[in-house]
Amino acid sequence: MCVRPDAIIINQILSLQRRIGILDLVPEISGQGLRRRIEWSRCLAARIEAWKAMQKKASTQSTAISSRLEMRSPEAEIALIERVCAGEKHLFYDLICPYERSVYLLAYSLLRNQADAAEVIQQAFLKAFCDLTNFRRESKFRTWLIQIAINEAKLKLRKERKAFYESIDEQQKANDGKVFPKDFADWREIPSESLERAELRQALQRAIGSLEPIYREVFVLRDVEELSISETARILGISEASVKTRLLRARLQMRDALAPGFDGAWRIGDSVWKKTRPW
Amino acid sequence: MTIIEISCVEVWQEVSNYLDGGAAPDLRLRMEEHFKNCEHCTAILDGTRNIIHLVGDERAFEVPQWLSESLKTWLEGKLGG
Repeated sequence: MCVRPDAIIINQILSLQRRIGILDLVPEISGQGLRRRIEWSRCLAARIEAWKAMQKKASTQSTAISSRLEMRSPEAEIALIERVCAGEKHLFYDLICPYERSVYLLAYSLLRNQADAAEVIQQAFLKAFCDLTNFRRESKFRTWLIQIAINEAKLKLRKERKAFYESIDEQQKANDGKVFPKDFADWREIPSESLERAELRQALQRAIGSLEPIYREVFVLRDVEELSISETARILGISEASVKTRLLRARLQMRDALAPGFDGAWRIGDSVWKKTRPW
Repeated sequence: MTIIEISCVEVWQEVSNYLDGGAAPDLRLRMEEHFKNCEHCTAILDGTRNIIHLVGDERAFEVPQWLSESLKTWLEGKLGG
């Protein structure tokens, strides 16, 4: 059977449809002339190639970063710190590179804005460089960086959104009393594979953003950054008991926020929860 | 051995600690007994565990692709590297 070139390209496009969100363009070319369809196909094929190249680059970068992180022992990290302190400034980026993602995510979770988060991590890393000789090895280097970043993020919030951050001070005094979940309905697990879907990632971000700052910071440090309860308490300057109470509240609120399904698939019909979800 | 029952409200206050492995052994046992017979608390436990699992996954959050290059360039400029 002779397969026309544009048909091959369209098949390629369709096979990638689940992986990228640009292919809703395909229906637009049906019903048009052959020349037009071939032009569209070529245009889309070029976009796919560009996308593949981008994915490959991202994957290479990610592998390089994770291998740097995995390959670096605590001793090697200390040696690197000593070299930077001794004047080899050019090694500083290598030192902080494995923690760049982690520190950015923390800043972004608190500030909810990419540009602000990028600015905060610049300032945090610069501060870390200036204070590097004061780094005490009692804590992990990563924890130390996170502590600097969280302080910088709070400083920025205080400077620029004073009214917003004053509410945090009030919340510090708020009672950490009993917590009641809102949604008792049956829970169907959201599989990790769903994280490939942008809607779920956005829903998670929205849910984190909906937490009050004192709960958000604890949740991000403990569950996103995966710090221990004691590290979280030390960074935030609160007791471990407070960390646990705030974490409980944050986790239950996150669950409540996502319980109806991240795409709102749960509906009430005749006062009955419909327990069907799209995953 | 008699296991002292625990109420739903008590379970909710401890569910996060339970998931972190911080609940005392006797409390843990009482909670496990409770989960066997309480659909609502089991739904809360499963949902909360699922959230922790999802946000701990590297795929849950994306970092802008320009970040590394931009940070590196900025630091080199500041540190004179």
